[in-house]
Amino acid sequence: MIDIVGKKWWYFLISGLVIIPGLLSLLVFGLRFSIDFTGGTLLEIQSSKINNSEDVRKIIQDNKIELSSLTKTGSDTYILRTKAIDNNQNVRLQADLSKKYGEVKELRYETVGPTIGSELAKKALMSLIVTSFMIVLYIAWSFRTVPKPYSSLKFGLCAIAALLHDAFVLIGLFSIFGYLFKVEVDSLFVTALLTVIGFSVHDTIVVFDRIRENLRRMPGKSFSFITNESIIQTMGRSLSTTFTVLLTLFSLLLFGGETIRWFVVALFIGFISGTYSSIFNAAPLLVLWEEKAGFHKQSG
Amino acid sequence: MKNPKHLLWLIIILTLLAVIIDLPKDYRINFSLGKLKIDQTISSPQLNINLGFLKINRDLNIKEGLDLSGGTHLVLQADMKDISSDKRDIALNSATEIISRRVNLYGVSEPIVQSAKAGGEYRIIVELPGVKNIDQAIELIGQTAQLDFREFKDSTASSFIIPTIDNTNTTGVTGKDLQKAQAEFDPQTGAPVVAFTMTDDGAKKFEAVTKKLLNKPLAIFLDEIPISWPTVNAVISKNGVISGNFTTQQTKQLTLQLNAGALPVPIKIVEQRNVGATLGRESVKKSLVAGVIGLLIVAVFMLLNYGFMGLISVVALIIYTLLSIAIFKLIPITLTLAGIAGFILSIGMAVDANILIFERMKEEERSGKSKKTAIELGFIRAWSSIKDSNISSLITCAVLYYFGTGMIRGFALTLAVGVLVSMFSAITVTETLLKNFYRDLNSNNK
Repeated sequence: MIDIVGKKWWYFLISGLVIIPGLLSLLVFGLRFSIDFTGGTLLEIQSSKINNSEDVRKIIQDNKIELSSLTKTGSDTYILRTKAIDNNQNVRLQADLSKKYGEVKELRYETVGPTIGSELAKKALMSLIVTSFMIVLYIAWSFRTVPKPYSSLKFGLCAIAALLHDAFVLIGLFSIFGYLFKVEVDSLFVTALLTVIGFSVHDTIVVFDRIRENLRRMPGKSFSFITNESIIQTMGRSLSTTFTVLLTLFSLLLFGGETIRWFVVALFIGFISGTYSSIFNAAPLLVLWEEKAGFHKQSG
Repeated sequence: MKNPKHLLWLIIILTLLAVIIDLPKDYRINFSLGKLKIDQTISSPQLNINLGFLKINRDLNIKEGLDLSGGTHLVLQADMKDISSDKRDIALNSATEIISRRVNLYGVSEPIVQSAKAGGEYRIIVELPGVKNIDQAIELIGQTAQLDFREFKDSTASSFIIPTIDNTNTTGVTGKDLQKAQAEFDPQTGAPVVAFTMTDDGAKKFEAVTKKLLNKPLAIFLDEIPISWPTVNAVISKNGVISGNFTTQQTKQLTLQLNAGALPVPIKIVEQRNVGATLGRESVKKSLVAGVIGLLIVAVFMLLNYGFMGLISVVALIIYTLLSIAIFKLIPITLTLAGIAGFILSIGMAVDANILIFERMKEEERSGKSKKTAIELGFIRAWSSIKDSNISSLITCAVLYYFGTGMIRGFALTLAVGVLVSMFSAITVTETLLKNFYRDLNSNNK
């Protein structure tokens, strides 16, 4: 019999090994927010004649545009990030660039006002809080039949702990990615984060549901035994499901194209973390809490 | 509907309906089979429902989001500081309506113009698929054309004199009196003309003016530039026609300008995005390939893992895909890149319910139950976790939809449809198929 609950501290340690570096990176480097959050302008231009990005910088400065970054993205494509500029400023800039380099193709032009950006951040945070709150409420209600002395609220809160685990794993890793690979956090990332949260709870509930059922079926056994039993029983399903989801995500990763690559990466990481946290964190945490409460001592 | 045979028929009918709805538009089938030659264009049907109170009449094409079709996305903010707080909603709505009218006249296919209130801000979101030139789009939305009907100061002037602001006086009839204008063709000469309809007030004024100017030129100015000075041939009140040496392009343009009118509130652009169409098209192709491959891999996995039951779940999965696409077309849900990703993701999640049930069956069988009992218990016992887990997913979708905009909403909606349809396909469809086609279940021994 595999003892997962007994080795819970090991599993918490593994989670910590992923989360702590991520959080440190978050504190030191923060996240690379895209213009979706910060507001600003993103310009992608293409010209084979540009041979020195310093010249481009100068043209931008001459136009009195505050440039925050200029990145070469392909053999002849460049991405410019600037403070928000309006269309007239853009037209003038394009004209100046064309004067120097001949035809300069504008591939992308996006401007987000600063208010819109901060709204997105606020909305993302609100969605996270509201989702967590609603799910705690739902679980507390749905698990109200859990036999005494166990409380359904604890089930709900432990599901949220697993949810936060996954959120931190994802945000922390993307902070590291941002530092290493210049990966930006945009509105697609927010979508990925919230999806992962939904899945995480989905997965945790499957395990908790089995605990609820087994509590009724095995009245004499200790809580930690029942929990361990439930994790083992649902393990096959958890792995199969995650495996199929990862298969579809893998297909998206390989064939889905550049634009959604990091979105898919975020989902990929999130689903692995979601499965891990529901098996190795949520349920063992519940045991820890119930044992601390002193209702049932471990008896085997 | 307890009889599995009846349910089976219901599922077959639903699936066939979904297939009809899912048919692509104007898809040409052309092949020969021995002597048989087939050359036919198939197309999804038009939706024509008329139930008195409910009128639906539209095509069943998949609506593509901007990130797929390419185009321009604008967020406009209305400056409401001069408008009293109780009139702001009305001002926003009428501004939205006017912009929507301008955009429609411009001939953009399937534009989206919607008002959005966020906190204390009043915004209008404009999506123009296929429009690459942001300047053009902004001009189109921002311009306010002033229409003015003028008469010559010298009442004997003929229509050979070019009218100017100086040699004419206003008749008092302006663009405000105009209800709508429309590009048409003269029924006699076939020349492009602009037909217009006056408001009730305008009709009275216009009647008086045309009576006065009968057989004399009436000059039409747009933004202080004369566009046409036809001779009044008859007294006109409600409906009239502006003719001149117009090309079709010009009448369209003129109609556009006439309909433009003034916006009730000043607006400014707070967000603009331009997406190249090639990027989008590439993404659709890639995502489709990814979806098909994803579906295939999942199918192989289910077959290897669960054998005959896996086969049934694959059939259920195909039905799931067909039904979901039909629902996307029916609602209709605008498909974005994130939406496609959401859908492909939901394929993975759709098999989850099946996996839950099958794993449960295996377990029950291991604990010594007969195959028949195990299958029945599998459905019953897996239900509570399927229900709870899917409801929590739906909660997430609802929150995403409520707080999100545009792309995030599309994603939430596709995922929610996926979750709901998957519950039907994984439970009802799988159970029905099993009851109808699984031999062990129909014999009572073992």
